[in-house]
Amino acid sequence: MTIYQHTIRQNRYQFDSLKTLLAKATPERSGDALAGLIAANAEERVAAQWCLADLPLTTFLNEVVVPYEADEVTRLIIDSHDQQAFAPIRHLTVGGLREWLLDYRTDSQQLAVVAAGITPEMAAAVAKIMRNQDLIAVAKKCQVITRFRNTLGLAGRFSSRLQPNHPTDDPQGIAAAIFDGLLYGCGDAVIGINPATDSPQAMTSLLHLIDELRQRYAMPVQSCVLAHVTTALQVIERGAPVDLVFQSIAGTEAANRSFGIDLALLNEANQAARSLGRGTVGNNVMYFETGQGSALSANAHHGVDQQTCEARAYAVARAFEPLLVNTVVGFIGPEYLYDGKQITRAALEDHFCAKLLGLPMGCDACYTNHAEADQNDIDNLLVLLASAGCTYVMGVPGADDIMLNYQSTSYHDIRFVQSSLGLRPAPEFEAWLQQLGIVDQAGLLIANERHRLLQSAAQLGGL
Amino acid sequence: MAEQPESAQLWQRLRQFTNARIGLGRVGDGLPTKAHLAFQQDHALARDAVHAHVDFAALASTVQAEFPHILRLKSAAVDRASYLKRPDLGRMLDADSRQQLATLQSAPATIALVVADGLSAVAIERHAAPLLRLIKQQLSELGWSLAPLSLVEQGRVAIGDEIGELLGAELVVILIGERPGLSVADSLGIYLTYAPQRGRTDAERNCISNIHPQGLSYAAASELLVYLLGQARQRRLTGVGLKDERQRLSQPTNSSLE
Repeated sequence: MTIYQHTIRQNRYQFDSLKTLLAKATPERSGDALAGLIAANAEERVAAQWCLADLPLTTFLNEVVVPYEADEVTRLIIDSHDQQAFAPIRHLTVGGLREWLLDYRTDSQQLAVVAAGITPEMAAAVAKIMRNQDLIAVAKKCQVITRFRNTLGLAGRFSSRLQPNHPTDDPQGIAAAIFDGLLYGCGDAVIGINPATDSPQAMTSLLHLIDELRQRYAMPVQSCVLAHVTTALQVIERGAPVDLVFQSIAGTEAANRSFGIDLALLNEANQAARSLGRGTVGNNVMYFETGQGSALSANAHHGVDQQTCEARAYAVARAFEPLLVNTVVGFIGPEYLYDGKQITRAALEDHFCAKLLGLPMGCDACYTNHAEADQNDIDNLLVLLASAGCTYVMGVPGADDIMLNYQSTSYHDIRFVQSSLGLRPAPEFEAWLQQLGIVDQAGLLIANERHRLLQSAAQLGGL
Repeated sequence: MAEQPESAQLWQRLRQFTNARIGLGRVGDGLPTKAHLAFQQDHALARDAVHAHVDFAALASTVQAEFPHILRLKSAAVDRASYLKRPDLGRMLDADSRQQLATLQSAPATIALVVADGLSAVAIERHAAPLLRLIKQQLSELGWSLAPLSLVEQGRVAIGDEIGELLGAELVVILIGERPGLSVADSLGIYLTYAPQRGRTDAERNCISNIHPQGLSYAAASELLVYLLGQARQRRLTGVGLKDERQRLSQPTNSSLE
């Protein structure tokens, strides 16, 4: 086994494996401390970063962090690695890759060409020696475009998921939140409900609710009820109007097993949803959520740091050409990401790694009440993500999700960041918003006390 | 502050269907001042609930009449920051507390009651004493013996199992402050374990959550607790194999976060 080492002054630091080196090089976060993987001090961390910077990228093809025989995600990473795409960067070290990524000459097109040649571990490694501004600058150059009933990921665009959750799945409560969100111009990424109960009946009735609204107003949007993939397969079988199939995924086979899934099941779901042919401008049908710490919390991390585990989840995602992927960055709690600083860093890492690997990456910029974070941290993160070209964020009424009990970004927040940075929603959706008189040509909200959608909202519950 | 437009009345009516923050109105793209400060207030209450200290001395004197023998214990998490970062430490007793229990001369009991601060001090300060009295009264009527009452600082759910084991109790019941939401900061949860011992998993416990004025009442919670305790003793287990199979007397609850 290779020993990795670096000396700072007289202190020689040794790292007995690639996964140890990666863990020790990771910027500080509580989850890696909880796992006992974190660098002992700042000097050891920077020694690991020096050592990592000198590592040839080919190392990652020869030494895996989770055994090939024991883990289907590792097998997916190694077996699907594209040598031809890798060729332009094959000669580089991790430090050299950082500079290549930042170089003016490395443009969107070139980044798209090499994406299939970059493994998650390479992406995680280079992220560990990048500052936040590097993560933003390179992610902004990556362009990933996906389509279903509209086109997501175009330059100058910033989309949103409308998240109208309700603790008992009350259809009128959910519809009221949908009308509210649409009137703020939210929902082009997806109208996506986390159901309170994971049952085929609940999923089907919520799908019909959104589908009827979509058709009534001819909205160029897609819907999703974020039930388990097996529930989605059941309702597809019974003819429910399923646009997108959702699933939480992680970066190891064992963690995915704790979610009740494997690659074969995701493949089956992808095929089933595609076969419905419900997309109008494209047929990307999968929606995945991820988040640092999920493998550790399932005790399925194999001694690999949480950022590297997270990047490995993107290998799972990209095998199924999803419409949407987002990290739910602050949801897991302070034992994994302690405060606003750690949440911000993790969000930028996740967005960068996913974009580099070719995914349509969004972010649920969020926190729980026991994390050292507040809405100002989320405001800051939102501006950073939008500057980095993040594909979409969440639109939750008043930023307060009353079903999942956490705080995310609001309808207002999406308007704020679009206005402040001159960003627009997906073009088909923007045209619809203008047509319905929700926004004007400049993209500003039009005040209209008698808007058609308000009048429809007034009909709820026979009011 | 911004004047109320006529749609405000519509949203007011729609709020009967949801507690979500719908129809907040806007100034430019931002929140009106009232909606903004209402959110700040709710978050402030939740934050204070997480970081407040439970006055366990006051709680002990409040329930002294019903519980003459009270143990004051601490987890291995020395402060709130270490409690939040290291869930493992909040699940185990510190050395002094373990010593205190190990040297205690008490007869084995049926039920060991434990109160831990968890993630909401205000939940414990508001609801622990009245619930303890009600539970004690109902258990006494059944003639079940009680171990000394344990009050634990910086404790998580699983610490009850270690306490129950050291006290030699057949079942342990822990009352704990739940993670505050933005709308409710004082929710209390009750967890029970049959044959408590270190290393028991969440799947081996039952949970009664969401006990607060807008949620489950004290009476409904203690009724459900007594029912589950009876079933647990009969069937010699708690956890996923034990469910609330009464005829919908009260809402069944799933396990939830502390």
